[in-house]
Amino acid sequence: MENFASLVPLVILFPLAGMLFNLFLGKNLGEKGVGFVASTAAGLAFAVAVIMTIAMSSFGFQAVVVNPPILTGWISIPSGGVEIPWQFRVDTLSLTMMLVVTGVGTLIHVYAIGYMHGDPLFPRFFVYLNMFLVFMLILVTGNNFLVTFVGWEGVGLCSFLLIGFWFDKAHGVGWRNSNAARKAFIVNRVGDFGFLIAIFLTFWTFGTLDYYAPSEIPARAAEGESAVVQAAPAESNGGAVVAPAEGQTAAQGEQQPATPAGPIRKGVFGQTEDWLKEGNHIVHFGTVTLPLQTVITLITLFMLLGVTGKSAQIPLFVWLPDAMAGPTPVSALIHAATMVTAGIFLLVRSNVFLNAAPLTAALVAIIGSVTALMAGFIAMGQWDIKRVLAYSTVSQLGFMVAAVGLGGYAAGMFHLVTHAFFKALLFLGSGSVIHGVEHGYHLAHGHHEGHGDEHGHEEHEETPFDAQDMRNMGGLRKRMPVTFWTYLIGTLALSGIFPLAGFWSKDEILGRAFDVGFNQGKVEGFIALGLLLLAAGFTAFYMWRQMCLVFFGQPRTEAAASAPESTSLMTVPLIILAGLSVIGGLLNLPEAFAWLRLRVDVLTGWLEHHVTYASAGQFNALLAITALVIAVAAIALAQQVYGKAPLTKKGRDQLQKYAETRELFRLANAKLYWDEFYGRFVEQPYNRAANWLANTLDWAFWHDYVHNTLIVGGFNGMAAFLSSPVDRGAIDAGFMNIGRGIEWFSSRLRRMQTGYVRTYAFTVLVGVLFILLIVLWPLIRQALGQ
Amino acid sequence: MPAPSSIPVEYFVILSAVLFIMGVLGVLVRRNAIMIFMSIELMLNAANLALVGFARQWGEVGGQLIVFFVITVAAAEVAVGLALIVAIYKSKKTIDIDELHALEG
Repeated sequence: MENFASLVPLVILFPLAGMLFNLFLGKNLGEKGVGFVASTAAGLAFAVAVIMTIAMSSFGFQAVVVNPPILTGWISIPSGGVEIPWQFRVDTLSLTMMLVVTGVGTLIHVYAIGYMHGDPLFPRFFVYLNMFLVFMLILVTGNNFLVTFVGWEGVGLCSFLLIGFWFDKAHGVGWRNSNAARKAFIVNRVGDFGFLIAIFLTFWTFGTLDYYAPSEIPARAAEGESAVVQAAPAESNGGAVVAPAEGQTAAQGEQQPATPAGPIRKGVFGQTEDWLKEGNHIVHFGTVTLPLQTVITLITLFMLLGVTGKSAQIPLFVWLPDAMAGPTPVSALIHAATMVTAGIFLLVRSNVFLNAAPLTAALVAIIGSVTALMAGFIAMGQWDIKRVLAYSTVSQLGFMVAAVGLGGYAAGMFHLVTHAFFKALLFLGSGSVIHGVEHGYHLAHGHHEGHGDEHGHEEHEETPFDAQDMRNMGGLRKRMPVTFWTYLIGTLALSGIFPLAGFWSKDEILGRAFDVGFNQGKVEGFIALGLLLLAAGFTAFYMWRQMCLVFFGQPRTEAAASAPESTSLMTVPLIILAGLSVIGGLLNLPEAFAWLRLRVDVLTGWLEHHVTYASAGQFNALLAITALVIAVAAIALAQQVYGKAPLTKKGRDQLQKYAETRELFRLANAKLYWDEFYGRFVEQPYNRAANWLANTLDWAFWHDYVHNTLIVGGFNGMAAFLSSPVDRGAIDAGFMNIGRGIEWFSSRLRRMQTGYVRTYAFTVLVGVLFILLIVLWPLIRQALGQ
Repeated sequence: MPAPSSIPVEYFVILSAVLFIMGVLGVLVRRNAIMIFMSIELMLNAANLALVGFARQWGEVGGQLIVFFVITVAAAEVAVGLALIVAIYKSKKTIDIDELHALEG
């Protein structure tokens, strides 16, 4: 296995190579070449992930830590005891994420070749997409919090770049796009701050950031699977791979300079388990001491803040709906299928922590279910086809978060995978619809004979026509059959209709909530169950409303009436994803369906090997039927409301017709005033504080008073004193007077130079006589005296 | 050592001093450059006379030797001096040295 696991750097290197290739050569390559390179890079990464998955299940489920040879001593401060190696961890969890990221990613790459056709920045788009894959794969494969954090920040950067991809659109659209990008980045920073604090606390508490030490086997695997984990053949333990088998520590010592000699310290989670078993473990923070459980609760609470940022939960979800400003493949790949699931991944990765912090777990469950309900409610009142899906994504992420909070790690991951299928499908379908409507608009209005040559999105610049507004659609069922059928499958899967993927995964989450509520008697179980059931109803309702608005009825604009079906580059990924959405449930059929003679609990069993607290859910037939009835009833209700005519004669929503529902629709349409709330309570105070700081503190006080008055004034006074009395008065005047004196003296002295030779001669004579007098003085005195 | 001749050395010295003072007065009083030049010659020869006189008094050839040097140098000096005077005359059209006071301060 470890030989196969050592392939893991390739998963990252393929997209990296594709990115660099397109970065430097993309301009000369043409669209086909760029798209081919990028998609091939993603596809190869997927192939490697598949190979590793097969190897993993064939060779006994060993989690393997891989040290890539070039980055072994990534962060190494021996004197401070800081050793953070750059390690990859290949286990069932990271493999699941790798498969989703690269698999769905590859399909979306292919789709984007069609969707981005004609965009002037075509190569740049694919460079960003590949870069996103690189960082996302770093995120999921890292063996410690810091490597994960690198990926975490990297995907945030890619998200920023891609949301603002069309930043140069005219008519303020570009401005709106770049604002959305900034909003996403800034909101995510708030979450990243939480994640960082969690990392600091973790390092302080455990002295390491590794999830598991290379030779360590997670508790569950050590207990249950030790029979399966055969000792790895020692001779194959070559290269930089470290196999997790006992009796090889000596060999590992050499290959792993990061770990100090002696007994190998366990990773974060192993230490947690040991300390919890010991009991009474205390962590010192300077003079403060806290029990381990409190510290873990703190860590997980901060981590939760990071999760709410990246996975768009209350209170930090507000960036995700705006992120739909990016191109649709980006919405599908980053803002629905993969990046936003990073938070769920992190929570599942930290399941040992969550298990030790029931308080946080309960909070996670409640945040998730409230988010699910709230976002589902808002989605019912949106007009933008992508915004509905965005709020739906927030809602479904809420389902996953709730599942994780309730201890349903496998259920959360299951929903993550199935959601990746059908939400990517829905987003790509909506992209296909938008694409079609835009082209239909140009066909109908005849701006461009060769509409295919110029990309539809460019036309935002010329026209106020909004190709994403569902009011401009309708009747697309006949115009775009492939998109319609795949979209229908996605809708049913998302609504949780038997036997599509969403039914199974959603039901497992509901079953988990039921179990926690009724069997374990925890309050959060009841709360989550109620909210999630309601949210499931909302889901079905808004999705069917969307179907009615977009596909059924009669076309409401000429654009919709003449929308062409998208090219096969776009429809083939749709068909593949639709297929996955249909059969996705097979990934994790509940045990109660064992009579189908299909393998049951595949994903749970697979994850159980390395996710310590993953456990299979209990299938509850009554609950499943209840959920199904709710979904069908919601669809029926939506059909009743929107089926005959999606809009009223005035072009308003049917819900706006009745006084009872008008208010609700207004609330949903206004997104429950979240943006206004943040505007009022965060933005305005922040702006006011910034204004005060800038105008009063910085400008008036610091600049005007301190700098201008005190410093400049003081300096000027000092300089004036030094220059006028001291320099000019004393020093300068002194030298001037010396100079003047010399001048005066020399003017007198000059008189001696008459220029008359005879004067000089006479002077010489006098001098000679004088000298003679001195020389002869003794003789003269002698003569006079005697 | 007594002088071999009858003429006492004082005479030489007095004559030399008289000649020298005449030279000095000539230099100071006359304005014609050539006359000044001649006065200088007179002073040189006054010195020569004193040297020769003392040399005779003491029977030393050293004094006479110096006189030869003085005569030689004087000849050279005359050549240079006359050349200067000719040059000055050519440019100033005069050899009155009171007219030549360009070095006045």
